[in-house]
Parts: sequence; structure tokens; C-alpha cells
Amino acid sequence: MSRPELQAPPEIYYGDTEAKKYTQNTRNQQIQADMTYRALELLALPPDQPAYILDIGCGSGLSGEILDEEGYIWAGVDIAPSMLEIALEREVEGDLFLQDIGQGFGFRPGSFDAAISISVIQWLLNAETSHPTSSPPHRLQRFFTTLHSALRNPSRAVLQFYPSSDDQIQLITTIAQKAGFGGGIVVDYPNSKKAKKVFLCLFVGGGGAQQMPQGLEGEEEDDSKARFERRREREKAKAKHGKRKNIKDRDWILKKKELYRKRGKEGVPKDSKYTGRKRKAVF
Amino acid sequence: MVRLITHNLLACHAKDCNTNNFPLAFKDAQLEIREAEFNPEFLKGFLPKIEWTALVDTARQLGDTSLPLEQPEMLDDEFLKNLHHVLLEIHVEEGSMTCPNCGHVYPISNGIPNMLLAEHEIG
Repeated sequence: MSRPELQAPPEIYYGDTEAKKYTQNTRNQQIQADMTYRALELLALPPDQPAYILDIGCGSGLSGEILDEEGYIWAGVDIAPSMLEIALEREVEGDLFLQDIGQGFGFRPGSFDAAISISVIQWLLNAETSHPTSSPPHRLQRFFTTLHSALRNPSRAVLQFYPSSDDQIQLITTIAQKAGFGGGIVVDYPNSKKAKKVFLCLFVGGGGAQQMPQGLEGEEEDDSKARFERRREREKAKAKHGKRKNIKDRDWILKKKELYRKRGKEGVPKDSKYTGRKRKAVF
Repeated sequence: MVRLITHNLLACHAKDCNTNNFPLAFKDAQLEIREAEFNPEFLKGFLPKIEWTALVDTARQLGDTSLPLEQPEMLDDEFLKNLHHVLLEIHVEEGSMTCPNCGHVYPISNGIPNMLLAEHEIG
């Protein structure tokens, strides 16, 4: 199936049903939680210091819940009303805004101690109308400049996203640099097809003292997820192609005869020990 | 769930609206008080970011007069408690926010302000 961001704009793609599906899917929850913890790790906020965090594209609050747990105070923005509605139902603690991040933020300079964003900015790469303010570079530029000013100096923003090509990464990093950010891309598990995750790790200020974090290497640990089992595939295939049990067995015949009698059909044979019995192969 | 902590950071972001665009004025605000965990460390860290006059004016407008007009130099417990209440426990559920400069109205419904701009307002 094609990527969700190619199918429809986010506020339409995440309608009521999709928003619910997305939030209830335990696999999604697990992935989002893992990425949020990793993003927090990359933020490297000073421990035991409460921070005020901006969650960009907070959706139904899957990442916000973790920020709550970790004791951060946060505000979230999202463009999909259905997702925000679910966030309200789930009673997350942060302030929620219905906002298009491509239109820029209106926060005062230096408002936030950090910003995170999980699986969001790939949505900025599609133009929805032909209006000049709708082009991806313009929206990205507006997003990054207003984000840069909304962050405190020094601070970090970690934005996880799903690029579909190297050109997209190139476009995003150049515009972020033009907006005044330092930093770059961190790739976790670059050699794994499934576990590979791309984080855009941006710095505000810091006078070159900020170190780029390292991406995680090697294989992803497997124990937290359900293992792929060939046995299940085999069983499924057997159920599809293999010998099927006859459905017209004795019980089925008795049920049908009972039904006919109830309906008043004449000449329904009596039930006996011979009913539905297999004949001998006499030939 | 517009709390005054975020309201105090929020300015208008419409095109060419750069001066006098803060604070957004509440209109027809319906309040709800929800208790939150008291965190003095966070408040102390957050204090330098606050636009004090804007906060006090907005709080008085919403009917809370517990904060002094001038930001006090000494942080005692009672002051922090009051600040905590104003910043984190007062939620605006319904109403709207108006930009004092360009007059853009951001409606609030169900506690979520609608910050979307029309095409001609995007900077």
C-alpha cells in the first residue's frame, strides 16, 4: 500500500475511523512509545529538571502520555481534529492546539525548552494547492523559522520522520540550516529494513559545544515484540489448501431435517442410526 | 485546555502581524478548574519566561486576583501556590481569543483553540 501521506492530507487521512484505528493498534503504540523514548534520549535534557516541551504533531497523545509519565509539562499541536478529540478522551495533561505546522507557530521567542515530533514532518512534503504558500519548501521554511524562534537558547529539537528519498532528507536539512539550526540527521539501525529510524536532531545555539549524538548500530533487540513464526504461516496455508472437513455431517443433516419438520414439509425421513452414515465401498 | 501558561506564550502568527500581537484577548471564556500537581522547581525555572503584566491582566480578566501587579522579588510558598493555580489549573474550555493588532479571532471549542489561518493570512 502506498504511504499515508500520499493518499490524502493529514486532517482528512486521520478521520474518525483512521484516528481510532491508529491509536488502538498496539503495534503502533509500541513503535510510537519506543521512538518517543529514543527522541527524549537524543534531546538529552538535564535530568531532574522539569522542562516545557512542544510536541509537534501530537496526534492522539501517544507520545504526550510518555511526556506526562516522565514528568514534563508539554503543549501539543496537530492538524487532525479527530486525533485531538481522541487525545481529549484519553485525558492527556498537555495543552492541545489545532494548528497547521506548515503555517508556522505564533509562540513567543524562547518559549520552549525542547521540541519533539514523532512521524510528522514527512507530511509537509506534499503540496495540496497551487498557492505559493502551499509549496513544500515554503511550508518547511515557515515551520523551521518559527520553531527556531520558539525554542530557548540553548536547546534541542528532535524530529523523527519517514523520508522516502535522500532528496527529501537533503531538502529538509538545508531548510533547517537556513532557519538557523545546527545539527543533522541521526539514523538508528541503518542496516535494518524494519528497525531503521531517521531522526532530525536540531540544535539552537550552544556555540558549537553541542555534540551530535550517535545512531544506534547493530540488530534491533527482538524480545519486546512478537516473533515471526513460520508455524503460523504453515497452519494458515494448510487451512486454505489442505483437506477440508465435510460440513454436511450428521449434525448438519439432523439440523436441516428438524428445520424442515418445523416448517411443515411433508415426507421428511425419520431419524435413525443410519442417518448421515457413510456407505460401505461395496464395489 | 488552554491554560494561562500557554496563553502567556501565544502570539498571533498571521501574515504581517508582528507588533502588538500579544497577548491574545479572551472573549466569552468558559473556565474550568482542574487540579494539577504542584511543582515549585518548574515554576521557578519558568518564571523568567513569563510576561508578567500580560499574565496578571489576563488572570484578572478571568476573575482571579491572587497575583500581585508587580512581580515580587521574593518567592514564598504562597506566591508559588497562587502562580501554580493561575498558570496550570485554570483551563479555558470555550470562547475565543482575539489578536489585539489584526483582530484575527481564534475560536476555542472543547478546550482546543483553532489556530488555522486562511490562505491569504499565511506568512
